[in-house]
Amino acid sequence: MKKSSLKFSAGLSRFLFYFGNIVIGIIFVSPLIWMISASLKPEAEIFANMNSIRTFFPSHASLANYIEVFNRMNLLRVFRNTLLYIALILLLDLLLNSMCGYALAKFSFIGKGAILNLVVALMVLPMEAIMLPLYIEMSQLGWVNTMTALVVPFAAKCFSIYMFRQFFYDIPDDLIEAAYIDGCSPAGTFFKIVVPISKTVYATVFILDFVAHWNDFMWPFLVMTGENKRTIQLAVQSFFGTQPVHYSAIMAALVISAIPMIIMFIFMQKYYVEGIASSGIKG
Amino acid sequence: MKKTGNLQGRKKNERVTAYLFVAPAVILLISFLVVPMIYTAYFSAFKYQIMRPDNIDFIGIDNYSKLFADKNFWVALKNTVYFTVIVVPAQCALALGLALLVSKKFRGVSIFRTMYFSPQLTSMVVIAVLWSVLYNANPNTGLINSLLVNLGLNPINFLTNEHTAMNAIIFMSAWQGAGYQMMIFLAGLQGIPREQYEAASVDGATKWNQFWYITLPGLRGTIKYVIMITMIQAMKLFTQPYIMTQGGPKNATKTLVYYIYTQGFQKGNFGYACSIATVFFVIVVIMSLTMKRITTANE
Repeated sequence: MKKSSLKFSAGLSRFLFYFGNIVIGIIFVSPLIWMISASLKPEAEIFANMNSIRTFFPSHASLANYIEVFNRMNLLRVFRNTLLYIALILLLDLLLNSMCGYALAKFSFIGKGAILNLVVALMVLPMEAIMLPLYIEMSQLGWVNTMTALVVPFAAKCFSIYMFRQFFYDIPDDLIEAAYIDGCSPAGTFFKIVVPISKTVYATVFILDFVAHWNDFMWPFLVMTGENKRTIQLAVQSFFGTQPVHYSAIMAALVISAIPMIIMFIFMQKYYVEGIASSGIKG
Repeated sequence: MKKTGNLQGRKKNERVTAYLFVAPAVILLISFLVVPMIYTAYFSAFKYQIMRPDNIDFIGIDNYSKLFADKNFWVALKNTVYFTVIVVPAQCALALGLALLVSKKFRGVSIFRTMYFSPQLTSMVVIAVLWSVLYNANPNTGLINSLLVNLGLNPINFLTNEHTAMNAIIFMSAWQGAGYQMMIFLAGLQGIPREQYEAASVDGATKWNQFWYITLPGLRGTIKYVIMITMIQAMKLFTQPYIMTQGGPKNATKTLVYYIYTQGFQKGNFGYACSIATVFFVIVVIMSLTMKRITTANE
């Protein structure tokens, strides 16, 4: 008797646990489901059955809205701009910040402590606080509306330097000594021995910064004012305000802009989640 | 000779390499972070209109006296602080709750984790555009108001009423951001030794007591870190009000960063905008130093 009531209460709490998770899960994903559903519907249908659950499911899905976005937004150009921007900044980010992080972890030189302090201190500096003179700097250099203005000012990142430093710090000195004895120069040791065994940290910084730059809004918004210079977030934002306002097409544009992130998440989920998590442990 | 490693020569070689390795990053950091930071403070002492770059006057602290008498500045500061004070505890508590829901292994756990994390897979721009539509005041076109009407409630003018606009942005921001903090909390929860819970349940401790005396103290460092990053993030609020409300209605969603943008880039009052930016920077620095002080004092 007692045993079965215990079993019943365990079953009940299990049920409540799943029920709670499902309800909260639905609250979290329903706006996104609605977005996808609306992107597949004709404009007239989006707001036609707002009162029923059918608003979350297109009755006859079509890609017409996606074609409209393609025709109106110059998507190829937008994707080209965004991917070029991300490729260039990540290349510099991974190269320069890992070199700096390695020097701070493994070399001894005068000024090392000062540089490390500078890196840690600048980590909390918000871009928004310095954007005015930075913009003037860009316009005096003639960089406004060029890729350089997007890439160069934010290629060096304190957070990346710090993550690289923490990772390289744990690499055993014996390994580096051994490479020196084999005749490797300090730089050669880094590029030939250390980099190949550090794929995890490169993957982590890559995915964190890919996401950050794909989502970038404010700085591109300030320096990339030309219509054919827009990155994806700028294109989405301006599409929202462009006549004719077709909500179905707007939803399609939102979905399109999320697709690369979803692909990245599927392939690099492990590094992405680890990167987010490790920032909390080390920070 | 070289193979056995001439220590003196190697140290020198290492030093040269070290400077070559740090130089590019440090030069970039100084040119594009430190120099603009100094210039922000410097220009805040000048009357500097973007349209008249040949006519820059030194005016000392006049920008600041004007700023502290500027009603719009206080409104922006108040809105920014309000957003931060509400969103930080709300979002962190939500994230911790979600982490606790999915911290143990059970069938389907990764599906639920992905569901809670999914708003993070879209950008703030996307979220802001999407929720502008969801928040639509008309129950025939706004999903949330349609739901409210179905539940027998009155529709709410979420974004067009000055009393609800900021709260609507807060709710949306917490929904979007909680998944990220949840991931940090999940890692923190993994760091708490399982034996502590086992010992506690042998001693007959309730779930609530376990949470209060084991989980929360075990997460102390994580909680502080999460609060700190959420706080800095919150202080920079711009994208959501820019896209959803343009700072309105009646300036109810105008924030500090928004005000820097309006003064500096839209009105061209560059020197004045620099004084707002300097105040903004000082507030952020004081906040992070205070958090750091609290963090180190307790450990």
